Amino acid sequence: MSDDPNTSSEPSAQELVDDEDLATWLVAGAEKAQATRRNFLTTMAGAAGAAAIASTGCDTRLWEKYTQKHYKELNAADKQKLIARVEAEAADRYGVEIKVGDPRPLPGVGYAYALNLSYCIGCRRCEYACARENNTSRDPEIHYIRVLAIEKGTMSVEESESDYEGAVPSPDKYYMPVQCHQCDHPPCVRACPVEATWKEKDGIVVVDYDWCIGCRYCEAACPYWARRFNFGAPTIRPSEINPVQGLLSNRLRPMGVIEKCTFCLHRTRVGRYPACLEVCPTGSRKFGNLLDPNSEVRQIIQSKRIFVFKEELGTIPRFYYYFD
Amino acid sequence: MDPSELLHFLIDTTRSAARGGRAFYSVMAVLGAIMAAAGFAYSQQMLHGLSVTGMSDHVSWGLYISNFTFLVGVAAAAVMLVLPTYVMHDVDLRNAVLIGEGVAVGALVMCLCFVTVDMGGPQRFWHLMPGIGRPNWPVSLLMWDVIVLNGYLALNTLIPFYLLFSKYMNRKPHPAYKFFAILSVFWAVSIHLTTAFLYASQPARPFWHTALLGPRFLASAFCAGTALIMLVLWFIKTNTAYVIKDETFRKLALIVTVAAQINLIMLASELFVEFYHPTQHTGSAFYLWFGLHGHAPLVPWIWPAIGANVIVTVLMSVNTYRKNIARVLPLCVVLFVAVWVEKGMGMIVPGFTPSPLGEVVEYHPTWVEVTVTLGVWALGISIIIVLVRVAISIELGMLTHKNREGFSHQPFYTPRAQAARPTMHQPRPQAESLGKQHVPHASPDQQPAYEPRNGPQGPKKKI
Repeated sequence: MSDDPNTSSEPSAQELVDDEDLATWLVAGAEKAQATRRNFLTTMAGAAGAAAIASTGCDTRLWEKYTQKHYKELNAADKQKLIARVEAEAADRYGVEIKVGDPRPLPGVGYAYALNLSYCIGCRRCEYACARENNTSRDPEIHYIRVLAIEKGTMSVEESESDYEGAVPSPDKYYMPVQCHQCDHPPCVRACPVEATWKEKDGIVVVDYDWCIGCRYCEAACPYWARRFNFGAPTIRPSEINPVQGLLSNRLRPMGVIEKCTFCLHRTRVGRYPACLEVCPTGSRKFGNLLDPNSEVRQIIQSKRIFVFKEELGTIPRFYYYFD
Repeated sequence: MDPSELLHFLIDTTRSAARGGRAFYSVMAVLGAIMAAAGFAYSQQMLHGLSVTGMSDHVSWGLYISNFTFLVGVAAAAVMLVLPTYVMHDVDLRNAVLIGEGVAVGALVMCLCFVTVDMGGPQRFWHLMPGIGRPNWPVSLLMWDVIVLNGYLALNTLIPFYLLFSKYMNRKPHPAYKFFAILSVFWAVSIHLTTAFLYASQPARPFWHTALLGPRFLASAFCAGTALIMLVLWFIKTNTAYVIKDETFRKLALIVTVAAQINLIMLASELFVEFYHPTQHTGSAFYLWFGLHGHAPLVPWIWPAIGANVIVTVLMSVNTYRKNIARVLPLCVVLFVAVWVEKGMGMIVPGFTPSPLGEVVEYHPTWVEVTVTLGVWALGISIIIVLVRVAISIELGMLTHKNREGFSHQPFYTPRAQAARPTMHQPRPQAESLGKQHVPHASPDQQPAYEPRNGPQGPKKKI
């Protein structure tokens, strides 16, 4: 990872260590641990505890958390309550003020993504922009995008490597970023035993972080290795938290749930591009409304040489690779 | 059914289950200690999440789900006793049925525990329940599996419960129970096919995506599970007065042999298809058998397992060898372990390796996983011990409602009280003379043949 503009934008070790609010973060963590102990004691206090739970906001949140209804069963008031809880938790845990929204699919919109394999240089900027945008855990490190460096002369991912280092692009490699393909026949959605993941009207597959039981069957079912599991509690420094969050996309996740790329629905449903597209220095990434005959992405899919990854599996992805 | 009778039954069986010799208490203490260690390990997992396991986004299921898959097969194997007894009216296997069902219950409890400890949010289990949760039925195979496993657990708990209660009350069981027994036969096949379909339904994982997986699961289940039941039966035969005929063992050994042969034929078919013309999808098989890109953690496990499998199957296929029970039992141990390797880690981990993007990441279980796994096995074994002990003391006529007067007034556990009561650790009656009288579920007029006697017994054999 040199200073060459065509290399990964992974934060340097220097950036990671010399961070002024590392201390704030640690203090917040200690306070949180104390709060947890208080919660536990209150809960244990039995009948007396019930009154305490009703009287303190923190304990009410704990009760709400364990009895949280499925996203699709929420009415407007429930949703407001949930959003308030999510925002309060972020304040408690990280000491940051966040704004959680819940943009719904736009009528007449079905998203599609097209990625130009002829131009991608494998700089991994999309991978890190995605992590920053979506508040994914930094330790353990979670990335929704996996950039594969594939030997020229083959199209087999078996011949690829994702942990390449050094200057890019390498003359004997081409690069293929893989992320959630938002399949129209999603094996992950069919696998989920509790309907914690589903496909929305605009084609985006989302996860209800309050409903996922963490069985990881969807992860086994995905042919694109696009799902990530929070094996430990996700960690992220408060200064790195993106405060603009979506209930079904980039809000801070708890331990033990699955997460995945949502085409940045908190951006795209309000008319912005996904973070991975905005950061791409080569213009390899194209995104838009597949239902609009004049959209760029529709034109590309209609007129270019298209490659659908693992097309033989019948997943009908909304993610297309193309060549110039 | 009088509620007070039921209460008496529950009290008496609980007492009977808690009472035993020094060996019994020692075994239970060891199992308890293992469970306590597992409890500690699991508390670490609750605290730090599944990050304390060796699993990753690459190999997202490991030791827990491997054991789960194997034990579903053990549970399904009870059908090999239920089917001949209740459907074909085979008298030789009748004494073994309740034992087989006890083993099935223990295996099912282990299955459910393994799934639970594998969950990232076990406190959200209620999301699976109809009414309050949102079960994704009939689409999700995992939801199917939850349903069939719990249904099979209910059948295998309630049928023996009813039969033992009838025997305890000295009543003839209502013949309707046979309907449920036959239902459990189909149910047993369904639990293991459903578990196989859980994997086989995933085109993302070519190693599992084969129509042979279901039949192969059944074959390996019927050899490993039946082998375990044989071992349990042998233990009961040598340590209690409960009569299990040699013919029972011979028939079970035959079942194990045929199932092992079919399993090997299917293994050979699988290997042929994988390696005759290797494709990209053969990566998992290479990883399992020879290693891939320098990673070969399963190779030292799979070769000995399959080697043992082949040797045992060949030996057991020799009629004269198989008919000698003393020589077959060690083979059952070997077969059980070999199938555990082949069908547990040998089936789950290669399914994840290489990943759908061609990456090879090794999986090694951590001490937390190993400890929790041992604890779940300890729990299952202690459940089997308790259920089998109760079943035997009722079947031997030592625990009856008629006889409970003096029983219930005696102090719970004193050496005198123990000496005054008949126990299951009596010298074994002559099999020839008493064998016929011990047929369970016989009509009431045949029952008093083995009245419990009062007074001190002869030298006791203890478990």
